[in-house]
Order: sequence, then structure tokens, then C-alpha cells
Amino acid sequence: MSSATIVSLPDQSTARIPKTNFITKENGLLSWLLTGDHKRIAILYLISITFFFAIGGSLAGLIRLELLTPQSDLMATDTYNKVFTMHGVIMIFLFLVPSVPATLGNFLIPIMIGAKDLALPKVNLLSWYLYIAGGTLVLYTMMTGGVDTGWTFTTPLSTHYVNTNVLSTGLAIFIAGFSSIFTGLNFIVTIHKMRAPGMTWFRLPLFVWSNYAASILMVLGTPVLAIAIVLVALERTVGIGVFDPTKGGDPLLFQHLFWFYSHPAVYIMILPGMGVISEVISTFSRKRVFGYTAVAFSSVAIAVFGFFVWEHHMFIMGVSNYSTLVFSLLTMLVAVPSAIKIFNWSFTLYKGSITFETPMLYAFGFMGLFTIGGLTGVFLAATGTDIHLTETYFIVAHFHFVMVGGMLMAFLSGIHFWWPKMTGRMYPEKISQLAAVVTFIGFNLTFFPQFILGELGMPRRYASYPEEFQILNVFSTAGATVLGVGYLLPILYLTWSLKYGEIAGSNPWQATGLEWQIQSPPLTENFAEIPIVDHDAYDYEWLEKMELAKKQQEVSSVG
Amino acid sequence: MSDSSTLVQADHAHEHPPYQRHHFETMQQQVDATGFAMWLFLLTEIMFFGGMFTAYLIYRNWYYPAFVAASHQLNIFWGSLNTLILISSSFTMAMGVWSAQMRKQGTLVLCLVLTFILGLGFLGIKTIEYKEKFEKHHVPGAHYSLNSFLNPDSDKEAKDAGDKPLPLDMARHTEIYFSLYFAMTGMHALHMIIGICLLGYMIFRARQGAYTTGHVSFVEYFGLYWHFVDIVWIFLFPLLYLISRHQ
Repeated sequence: MSSATIVSLPDQSTARIPKTNFITKENGLLSWLLTGDHKRIAILYLISITFFFAIGGSLAGLIRLELLTPQSDLMATDTYNKVFTMHGVIMIFLFLVPSVPATLGNFLIPIMIGAKDLALPKVNLLSWYLYIAGGTLVLYTMMTGGVDTGWTFTTPLSTHYVNTNVLSTGLAIFIAGFSSIFTGLNFIVTIHKMRAPGMTWFRLPLFVWSNYAASILMVLGTPVLAIAIVLVALERTVGIGVFDPTKGGDPLLFQHLFWFYSHPAVYIMILPGMGVISEVISTFSRKRVFGYTAVAFSSVAIAVFGFFVWEHHMFIMGVSNYSTLVFSLLTMLVAVPSAIKIFNWSFTLYKGSITFETPMLYAFGFMGLFTIGGLTGVFLAATGTDIHLTETYFIVAHFHFVMVGGMLMAFLSGIHFWWPKMTGRMYPEKISQLAAVVTFIGFNLTFFPQFILGELGMPRRYASYPEEFQILNVFSTAGATVLGVGYLLPILYLTWSLKYGEIAGSNPWQATGLEWQIQSPPLTENFAEIPIVDHDAYDYEWLEKMELAKKQQEVSSVG
Repeated sequence: MSDSSTLVQADHAHEHPPYQRHHFETMQQQVDATGFAMWLFLLTEIMFFGGMFTAYLIYRNWYYPAFVAASHQLNIFWGSLNTLILISSSFTMAMGVWSAQMRKQGTLVLCLVLTFILGLGFLGIKTIEYKEKFEKHHVPGAHYSLNSFLNPDSDKEAKDAGDKPLPLDMARHTEIYFSLYFAMTGMHALHMIIGICLLGYMIFRARQGAYTTGHVSFVEYFGLYWHFVDIVWIFLFPLLYLISRHQ
């Protein structure tokens, strides 16, 4: 690692965490459970999603352990089905969808746009309670026998053939879905109506733009998932026939409704992560993000295109060849705005003053892994290759590269980047750099072999496989172990740093966002006085001038 | 001097009425933001119902004769009466919003109570209709009966409409029509029930004078919701009852 650093911490012997801040304002459990403060709700979300991530991660560990050997020996095959289903449900609906928006977005969006809170604080709290209700129902499902349809609830399997807890899982997702609708709705309203004077749309940090795009998807897509689940539930209980082929219903209709949400959902998961990367790349290369407008609009473009590609999940399910052609083309179009982002970040790095703090390491990991994940997406958009690769481990590798290699890296990058702002203390730099590298290595070792396995034809969702695939599966399981260590480390040292971390001061990274111009941790009302914004995002010269002015003022007041 | 200071004070009091939440800079911002949020929420509701309307569109195209025959089973009298009731309830609700804005507490309570009663009336009639379907075994599921469509002469409604017997394969698909009928009107009724519960709460609060002090957002947004639920019915009624009436 380079020894160059931009970190500037206050003198540790005199620095103190500000006495009044949003954490110390009120005490007691109830002051947290009934709070309207977006920062406290973000913390509540952070704790809860970490909890569910740990459960989902342990299930992933069980899956990899089972796949260490070709036979199904660790668990029975139907247990295996339940394990991968619960892994999918928890990771998607309870971790990835709320990960960045509900934690970092909740914490930062009001501050970044210069507002005191989200527009609807009570709705924000309600969304957390809905999340908890959904999560509790998922736990209930797990304890009462689980569900084994896969996270996709494919009909007629989910409506007719399985005898597991489809209903409680469906209800859980329905409820968690409303939590995500309310988060998205709150963000859109806040970004439209609560911006500080002078904070024009094109002065917004790109993190806000990408969360805005994701919110559009949450608001428009999630209700469609809700109705699809309601219809599945009605079919299971009452026996209505909308998806039932024996009554003339069409199971494909379920697929259409389900993927109309669930494809945009992957952009709900990745877009906020892209916002994190924009902030981090700019800060640690001391440059304005190259092509700000293009990056901002590429988020919106991804959101718009994202609604017109869902059928690529159904290429082998008997949809018409002509529509396949159109959807294949539209799917490839999504690669354009994604590539715009990757190229613009690379150009931002070009001739920047790059330093290698942990958030930046994770961001580099994101750029590499997301590029691989994205490009393999183009393989799958091409109908010919898709028929060979679909329902194999190639798919599994592809979406884990995007979701874990992309989103989880971005999430960890963001958590490290804003940790000093949220807690007022630094995380330990050396060990966290180690964790970033371990995560990267572990990730590649886990998921790269799965591309090869898929290409060779190993199907997904089976507990056993032919013996010739074992060597690659052993690599993958070994990688998962490394990856597990990589995720355990941050949980440990971040908790440690709550008490023992160095005092961060208000702007340890010398970053330009409004959130770095206020104390850490922030006041409950964020700003003593609502700022008037007179500069663009990522304007490092403005920051220098401000610092200079502050120093002069100190000198003159001392003099 | 004292004049200007009272002026400033009055101005300050004007800027921060008791119902302005602390995180909004001005009352205008609060009204803008919450109103926008309500419209966005209604947009999510459109997407929610949209899934079922899509299903209706597809299956109506596929199973046209079945949809025609099944729609003849609906009771046009109850349907029209319910439409009338619902439109009237929208009127009373709109009057409620107006009286809240005009700060007429008595009229507001009266309008809310009328809306409440009309809403209950709608649900009552819906229950009668559901009961008819239940008795004729037109509720999808294990006890679904094809009799009205295979032997239309044995069925009063089918006979009155002059239905021809459907082939078994097509008659089967009337169950899809009734699936959609129950799913769509059921979801609509659920929204009515939620609305009626909220109305009950609002009547209680309105009697305490909560909405007639100048802050009418809640009544106004509830009005939007109530009109939205009406509009859904305005689409459901022709699609389910009327569109194939004379075929």
C-alpha cells in the first residue's frame, strides 16, 4: 500500500467527540424505537440488515459446504432446497434491497441536499417497522420448516406442488416490499422538495442521483411484485386460477409480473452502490467526477431501461421468438449506461491524486468485479448463449459478481467511507485494508470457478453434481471460507472502533460534500443553519478556499 | 419600535403554525412535499391494480366467449346502484374537503358521516352480490360449477341474456373470469374497508375540531385516496359488468 494519504485527523490529545450530537441527544431504548430522526433510523436499519446478512451468509456457508462433495451428504436434498431458498429470500429482500438506500441513503441524503430530515420522518420509521415485521415473518418461516420454491416462487410449483411455508414467506416479502416502497417514496419527495437554497439538480452529489433513480424503481416496481404475490397466495388458499394452467391460467403471466419487479430490483440493488462509488472515487482521486452529467443521467437511463428488459429471465420458457429478439436488444442497451459509469470513473482516476484508503480499495474491487459481472450479463442477453448458460452456475456466478462483487463491495466501501461521519471515530486503517484485500481474493476464488462450472454445464439448485466438477467446487468452497473471514473482520473491528477508534473530526477525507462540513456525528437537526449552496459537487477548490478562510479567521481571532 | 417588534413576532408566529413539522422551512414546503408524497403513493396503487388489469386484458383476449358468458352472470342492477353510491360518496367527500377548508366543523362531520355510510352501503351491496355468486357456485376453487355455462337454459341469468351453451373447454375458462372478478373487486373492497376505518378515525377527530383550524392536509389527502378508490371502480364496473352486456 502506498503511504501517501489524505487523511487529516484532529490532534488526538485534545480532540473530543462533540458533546451534543444525534446519538447523545436522547437516551433510552424508546428514544430510538420511536425516533423520527433519519440518522437514528439509518442506524436501526444498519443493525437489522447486518443481522439478516449474518443469517443469509451462514446459509450460504452451508450451501458451499454441501457442495464440497459431489454427493448430497451434509443435508437431505429437500433441506438443501430450503437452504438456498432462504439464502436468496433473505439476501435479496432483507439485505440487498435495503442495504445502501435504507442505511447510507437514509443517513446521508437529507444532509447531502442540505435538509434537516427526510420529508416524511414518521413514514421513514414505519418503513423500518415494516422491514422488521417482514424479517420476523421470514425468521418464523425458517423456524417452522422453511420454504423451498427458490426465491422466485415459480408457479405452479409454489401454488400447487410444494407443501412448505409459501404463504408466510409471501406475506413477509409483501410487507418488506412496502417498507421499500415507503423508503423510495420518501427519497423522491425529499430530493424534489427539500433541497437547500442553491442546491440545484446538477449540484447534487451523484450518490443522491443514483438513489433517486433507485427510488423510482422501488415506487413503480414493488407494487407489481405485491400483486403477483397476492395472486399466488389466493391461488394457494382459495384456488383462483389466474396462474393455473388446468383452469386456463398461464404460469408465464406470473413470470411476467414477478420479473417486472424483480429485474428492476437488481437495479434497485446496484444503483445506490454506484452512487457510493462515485463519491469515493472522486474523494480519493481529488477530482470532480469526470462527466458529472453523463454519470447522473446514466443512473436515470439504467432505471428507465431497467423496466424494459424483464423478459430476458424467460428466454427458455416459451415466450415468442420475436419478443425475445426485442428484449435481447433492450437488455444489451443497459450495458451502455453501465459502461458510461465505469469509463467515467476510470477517467476520473486518470491524472488524479490517488490514495489507497480502504473505501478506495473496495471501490477498485467494485469496478473490476462489476465490469466482469456486467459483461457476462451481455453473454446472457444474447439469446443463443443464454439457452446454453441459463439455469447453470454461470447465472449464479454472474449475479453474484454484480450483487456481491458489486453491491456488497460498494456497501462496505460506503460504510468505511462514512463510518467517521456516523460514529465520529475512524476505523483502524491497516486491518481494514487487509479485510478489503481478503474479501477481493475470497470473492474471486468463490465465484470465478462458477463461471467455468456453468459453462461446462453444471446446473444450479441441485445438492449433488457429477464427480468431474468437484475440483472447481472445492476451489469455490475454499474461497467462500476466505470470503467469510473477509466479512467477519469489518464486523469485529468496526465494533471495536466505536470505543477505541481515533477521533475523526468533521472532515477526515477532505471531501467536499455538505455532510463533511458539519460535525461528526451530526446534530439531530443536521445543520445549525440551513446552508446556502453556491458551488458544484466535488469542487475541491471551493473546499480549499473554505479551509483557508477558516484558518485566517482563527488566526485573526487569536491575534 | 414596539410596533415593528410585534410585527416580527406576528410574522414569526405566522411562519410556524403549530402543525408545521420542525424539519420544514415553510408551511408551503410542507404542503408541497406531503401532497407530492400522496400522489406518488397513488401512483404505486395504480401499479398495484395494474397487474390485475393486465391479466384481465390478456385473458379477455384469449377466452373471449367465456368472459362474455360469465359477465352475464353479474347483477347489473346492484352494480349500477353501487356505482351511483360510490360517485355520491365521492361528492360528499369532496364537500367534506371543502367544508374543512371553509372551517365549517358541522358540515365537515356531516359530510364524513355521509361518506362513511355510503361506503358501508357499497360494501353491503357487494356482500349481496358475493352471496349470489357463492350460492351459484361461481366462486373459483374446488366447488366451482360450470352448469350456468354448459346448460344456459337451466340458469335464469344466462337464459335472460340468451346465452348459447359453451363447449366444455371454453366454459372451463369462466373460472378465470371469476378469479379476476373476485381478485379485483376484492382488492377494491379491501381498499374501501381501509378507507372506512380511516373515515371513522377522521369523524372522531373532526368532532374535536382537528381539521377546521386551517390545516386540512389530512382530509385533503384522504379525499385523494377515496377518489382514487372510486376511479378504480369506475374502470372495474364497465370492464366486468357492461362491456359484453349485449353480446
